Amino acid sequence: MLVPLSWLKDFVTIDKPVEQVDRLLTNAGLEVKTIEKIGIPGAALEWDRELVLLAHLLKVEQHPNADKLVLATVDYGDGRSKTVVTGAPNLFDYVGQGEISGLQIFSPLALEGSVLYDGHKDGRVTAKLKGRELRGIYNDAMLCSEKELGISEEHEGIILIKKDANSPDYQPGTPLQDVLGDAVLEIDIIPNIARCASMVGVAREYAALTNQPMRYPDYSVKMEGGDVNGAAVNGRITLTTENPELNPRFVGYIIEGVQQTASPYWLQYRLRLAGQRPINVVVDISNYVMLEMGQPNHTFDYDFLRRRADQYNPGGPIQINTRLPHDGETLTTLDGTSHKLEPYSILVTDPLGNLSLGGVMGGADSEIKPETQNVFLEAAAWNFINIRRTSTKLGIHTDAAFRFSRGVHPSQALLGANRAANLLNRLAGGTVANGVLDTYPNPPEPITVMLKLDYARRLSGLNLSGAEMAELLGRLEFTTEVQEDHLIVTAPDHRMDIEGPHDLVEEICRMYGYDNIPSTVLSDVLPPQRGNAKLEQEERIKDTLVQAGLQELITFRLTAKAQEAKLLPKNHVAGPDERPYVTLTNPLSAERAEMRHSLLASVVEIAAHNSRYQDRLAMFEVGPIFIADEDEILPIEQTRLSLVMSGQRTVLGWQGGQSGTYDFYDLKGVLAALFNELHLSVSYEPVEHPTYRPGRTARLLLGETQVGVMGELHPLVAEQFDIQMEDDDQPVLAADIDLDALIAHIPSHYPYDPISPYPAVHEDIAVVVDKSVPAKEVEEVIRNSGGYLLKDVELFDLYEGSQLGAGKKSLAYHLTFQAPDKTLTDKVVQKSRQKIVGQLKHRLNAQLRE
Amino acid sequence: MLDQLESLYEASLTKLEEVDSTAVLETWYRDTLGKKGGIYLLTRQVGQLSADERPIFGKRVNVVKNELEAAYEARLAELKATELADKIASSAIDVTLPGRPLTSGGLHVITQTLRDIYRIFGDMGFQIYRTPDVETDAYNFELLNFPPHHPAREMQDSFYTENPDVILRTHTSAGQIRAMREYYPEPVRVILPGMCYRNEQITTRSSIQFTQVEGLAVGTNITFADLKGTLTEFARRLFGADRQTRFRASYFPFTEPSAEMDVTCFLCDGKGCQVCKQTGWLEILGSGMVHPNVLRNGGYDPEVYTGFAFGMGPERIAMLRYGIDDIRQFWNNDLRFLKQF
Ligand SMILES: [Zn+2]
Repeated sequence: MLVPLSWLKDFVTIDKPVEQVDRLLTNAGLEVKTIEKIGIPGAALEWDRELVLLAHLLKVEQHPNADKLVLATVDYGDGRSKTVVTGAPNLFDYVGQGEISGLQIFSPLALEGSVLYDGHKDGRVTAKLKGRELRGIYNDAMLCSEKELGISEEHEGIILIKKDANSPDYQPGTPLQDVLGDAVLEIDIIPNIARCASMVGVAREYAALTNQPMRYPDYSVKMEGGDVNGAAVNGRITLTTENPELNPRFVGYIIEGVQQTASPYWLQYRLRLAGQRPINVVVDISNYVMLEMGQPNHTFDYDFLRRRADQYNPGGPIQINTRLPHDGETLTTLDGTSHKLEPYSILVTDPLGNLSLGGVMGGADSEIKPETQNVFLEAAAWNFINIRRTSTKLGIHTDAAFRFSRGVHPSQALLGANRAANLLNRLAGGTVANGVLDTYPNPPEPITVMLKLDYARRLSGLNLSGAEMAELLGRLEFTTEVQEDHLIVTAPDHRMDIEGPHDLVEEICRMYGYDNIPSTVLSDVLPPQRGNAKLEQEERIKDTLVQAGLQELITFRLTAKAQEAKLLPKNHVAGPDERPYVTLTNPLSAERAEMRHSLLASVVEIAAHNSRYQDRLAMFEVGPIFIADEDEILPIEQTRLSLVMSGQRTVLGWQGGQSGTYDFYDLKGVLAALFNELHLSVSYEPVEHPTYRPGRTARLLLGETQVGVMGELHPLVAEQFDIQMEDDDQPVLAADIDLDALIAHIPSHYPYDPISPYPAVHEDIAVVVDKSVPAKEVEEVIRNSGGYLLKDVELFDLYEGSQLGAGKKSLAYHLTFQAPDKTLTDKVVQKSRQKIVGQLKHRLNAQLRE
Repeated sequence: MLDQLESLYEASLTKLEEVDSTAVLETWYRDTLGKKGGIYLLTRQVGQLSADERPIFGKRVNVVKNELEAAYEARLAELKATELADKIASSAIDVTLPGRPLTSGGLHVITQTLRDIYRIFGDMGFQIYRTPDVETDAYNFELLNFPPHHPAREMQDSFYTENPDVILRTHTSAGQIRAMREYYPEPVRVILPGMCYRNEQITTRSSIQFTQVEGLAVGTNITFADLKGTLTEFARRLFGADRQTRFRASYFPFTEPSAEMDVTCFLCDGKGCQVCKQTGWLEILGSGMVHPNVLRNGGYDPEVYTGFAFGMGPERIAMLRYGIDDIRQFWNNDLRFLKQF
């Protein structure tokens, strides 16, 4: 909401610089987002206090040598006067009138040397005013347009301000800064400060914060009219509200003989600063009252209502009723749009049909027209939920709907109607018919809250007395009754946000000043410290993988089924993943419409993106996947670990060389390092999986339980993700692991293996076996037959040369024998070795290779 | 023979002067003092001397040997020093050439930021409590005092699922009730980190997915002054001991009183810069005293218990710390971005 500081000053004295006003309001929860200064110091264009003044227009004469120029004579205070040559079209009306009589007219006068914007150039270009001859007459001053002053883009004519009974007291010679200079605060109206969605609302907060009195607008109404028959309002219109829950109050006045002229300059100027476009005085007053004191209101064409009444109730009163729509009812709003109404939209109607969408927008038929002179003024209270739903559903976001959907107290309806009637009378020449229509069947009880002093102190940490609390609340117009250990507090009507004592504590804190509340350390009892074992293990796993040279990712958890389907080659018939997804009903885009089933797909996608810039990829993510569960309201969230590696093993420096590219065993090495760190004994078994390349895929087993799959991505899958490594044949290694299962098996304790003080004996052994025999089996046989003295088995060579014979391979191992309690003799070692060789031969038909 | 000894001595010393490398020096040593060197060969002829001459000769041989040994040692040290100096001089490298690159890994910048937050709150006794990403409307809104159709719901545009009661959590505050219900009647001191989702247009400042760390303390003796103290302490540990904080009134349905905390800008030291929009302050987190309805929904009697809660965005913190100007970088995971942290 845009709040001109000058407007606030109608209601409260503000003698602090705008920066301090900003700080006070912002700290109190009325966040000032921006400040736009006009004419005053700090503005984009500052008006010189000596050279840019308010002048009183005395007379206008034709320029003797130019048809399109006039000579305007002005008084600019202290008996000074000046004749200005100008081409302003809006002065031509005054030519030849001699001394201007009637209303006094004022205009901004800029003297030689002042810096203003050039009205004839596009955009904002400053220019310094210099005296020069204009068609034979020397001119060294200028009457200014809004564009030249930086107020707006308006340059059709100069600013003409008429002084009337309602205007400020303009005096010639006043620096223009003091007349039109301003600072406009943009205040963020968050839901709990809906009461501040008006100038009065903001001023009231400021008055409370600075402990000053408020000056409220003039709510008096001068009623003297009747219709031609002298009838007061009561006999002419009847008001009914079908459901007071939806329309708690409806206030109406009849105002006759309004003149739809342009509004006075001061009013137009204020509306514009507040972001409203001035239309004519009747419409402007309606907007002005809403901005000023917060009550939206509406004017109907009275004669239109009357003509309709002549059809349904000839000679009788107009019958206004508020109700919900009938089935299929439509309404054309004053912006010309036809709306199909929702069952919860509240309508203002007469027996012939609907007239307006209550609290949201007027109807096209009943709105005031240029020739309208008699208006029916409405100010009402509406159920905020119905307004909110209607406004959202129909997409009508008016200022009225903004306020009503946040709550406006019914007490404001009468004040708003009064204020609008007051202004229509004073500024638009209207006559207010005697009496007021006011349908208000169930006025709500004032909100009264008991605030225990002890509670207030305990919550705030402030040791205030009851009287001190009462004083702070009193500034915000709360009335309080101070008792020994509590306050009875009654909230003013506009405080619809007050529900209980906690709300009052916030008000006490705000008025005390958040800055002034002390800062203390927690002295409350420390709860039992439990830690978060699962998170700690996840972080440990991340650290281990980072040490192994992998980069951690965090990816989008929202994805699309189609994206995850890329994990299967195109020709793959049935997906292995038939599990239901968590699907959004209002996704922002089709690419992010489901919660992911696969972490691997997310990581591969990132790998593909990076493959355009990198020749080495080694990355992982730890994160959840989401499987909808038909029996439970919430899905199963399972933590996974996915890894991808591809490309150069190391980053080659300036010394060049060859490090080779990642293959299956690099990934397996990383996993081995991880499982080793976690003290998990994971075994690998060949497996087929559509995502992976046949023959280069293994499943990971913890005991009998499969905890993941690793391998080379199927080349078709890598292609679907559009992974672009330097060489098309470079394998993309991937693993996808159930981290919940893994973490569940991590032992909390594991025994330490003592270092033997006795020397180890190293033996090498090379055996030839069939190619089909997995290395894992060879190692198992060695380990199982080596006995407790065999400390370590390490494969150091794999050979598949022709001299071994077709279908054979040779595996060579370093064996380490060591006893914890003695030096091993050669005899013992040889015996053990014999046994290994024998078992290899027996079980795997292995031949010792000499 | 003494003459021979003397002339051998003189000649050896002269030769020693001419020796120019340790290799030649070893040859000199062998020829002079070695097992078959000049001195040895001369002493073998001692039999030709008379019994009177022998001791004199013997004495003199010892002196000469010692002198030559000493001269050798001195020369060796000299030569070694020269040779080392030469070797060093000739083996200088270009120290400005880059080091050999390591294939090092790294943690995502948000993980690093989260760990900073965990550590600081961990020291203050806050434990980490995680709750689901996909949440019920009840935990995310209703039980946190957001009634249906409440305007506050508009502040957080939710993603809805096919089950009308299930949404993607819009804040990790959704875990508050879960934590309270688990721990009642113990005091609570937890932080709730996690991924949150809001249906907002993706821009450089907002993402449909973002992390959040919520904090919650509930007990019988917790005040707004404690909230200020705890969060100020946090800000000073995260952003520097000189930082000032300010608390502004704000609004969250689940806290009352509510406050935003700003920290003096650590880029300009509060003088005003582009990042802090010339205000000198950076908005860091939202906070407040737990609303009595929320305490009640968590099982705690608001007549007895009070508490405070706060929430912050690790992405925002990282953006401020490193001057990152586009929030989309975090989940794009471009290695050229990630490797910088
Ligand atoms: Zn700054």
